[in-house]
Amino acid sequence: MSALPRAGELGLIGCPVCGQVCDAAGADGGALACPRCGSTLHRRKPAVYARCWALLIAAFLMYIPANVLPIMRTASLGDIDDNTILSGVVELWVKGSPGLAVIVFCASIMVPMLKFLALGTLLITCRRGSRWARRQRAQLYRLVELIGYWSMLDVFVVALLTALVRFGLFSLVEPLPGVVFFGLTVVLTMFASMCFDPRLIWDGKEDSDD
Amino acid sequence: MELSPPDIPTDTTAVHALLICEHCDTVHRRCPLARGQVAECARCGAVLERCRGMGANALLALILTALLVFAQATLWPIVTLGLNGQYVDATLWDVIHTMWIDHSQVVAALAALTLFVFPMCKIFMLGWLLLYARSGRRAPGFRRLMVTLHYLGPWTMSEVFVLGALVSIVKAHLYFDVQPDPGIYAYAALMLLITVFAGVDLTRLWDETSEDSP
Repeated sequence: MSALPRAGELGLIGCPVCGQVCDAAGADGGALACPRCGSTLHRRKPAVYARCWALLIAAFLMYIPANVLPIMRTASLGDIDDNTILSGVVELWVKGSPGLAVIVFCASIMVPMLKFLALGTLLITCRRGSRWARRQRAQLYRLVELIGYWSMLDVFVVALLTALVRFGLFSLVEPLPGVVFFGLTVVLTMFASMCFDPRLIWDGKEDSDD
Repeated sequence: MELSPPDIPTDTTAVHALLICEHCDTVHRRCPLARGQVAECARCGAVLERCRGMGANALLALILTALLVFAQATLWPIVTLGLNGQYVDATLWDVIHTMWIDHSQVVAALAALTLFVFPMCKIFMLGWLLLYARSGRRAPGFRRLMVTLHYLGPWTMSEVFVLGALVSIVKAHLYFDVQPDPGIYAYAALMLLITVFAGVDLTRLWDETSEDSP
């Protein structure tokens, strides 16, 4: 046994909801419930790879129309202008504030891409039982969980502008289907990262320096 | 009555003195933490537990503040736009309503849940739990509420909305007169309160309250 014992080796399970340390004996037969909060206990979350890949692929499929389709239509005096996420960022950079353009770019383009890449990498490396950069991969997962929901930024911008700009025929803002796909992308990637079990990163052979 | 110092486990059975890192399954022995100290997992670096500097009374006061600020953020207009002497303002409800009638029901539902329903549930549930936790008791429905709070965790997005409002103001500023309204300030205050609450380890409520209410 290494210097840092893991719950599986000691026959224990940590409750994911309340943190209670539970005795894992008897878990092999059927489902075990946490004595304190009643949540179902698993050694590892069930069907991690199948669920996570399914949600991730679904999110990626939503992400394509979210970027290709326009998310917002601005019309004033018969001048109709459809904006995609990227063109919105460019407009903000050119006419508004470059600082905010960078923030929007990070939230709506970089964060979803990072989530696809990060979760994909985690799933592949865990499946192969890789020992490569375990600590960094654990940090990567926590980063994904931390920044995930900031991608909703653009959805809220479209919603707020739509509600604000309604001066009759003279000028208006309309939401277009892209924004729906984008919202779904964010929700699906959030579910995908919740389905992943970071304990898998540390399963398999121990590092020599552990 | 103040809570007992959260670092002295109420019972000292062997299992209670242990902590399992939820990120890597490493078993740690629980150490007493001083105020503001954070225990980190030696294997993966995740936060195991943190000692909050506030008692249940202070947290309850913060929750009541959050409730007031939340009511203001929801009911008051956020921004006013002006064009040729016409003025339009919008509250959160206008945002949700407009998205609903503009054929973006998915977005309307997302906004209603993440900006109104879930944050409100969180505030009321925490308030209810803390009301009893002040005297070390478990509120009726404690178990179910704690589990629900755990799952509600990532689904409140008020702070994202503040940044969204900021971006909207800058964008609208290109074409309209823009005035920030009281709602946006209430949201900014709410954002600060959320940041404070993010540092509070709520799972400790399990240890700090006793099962049998007097």
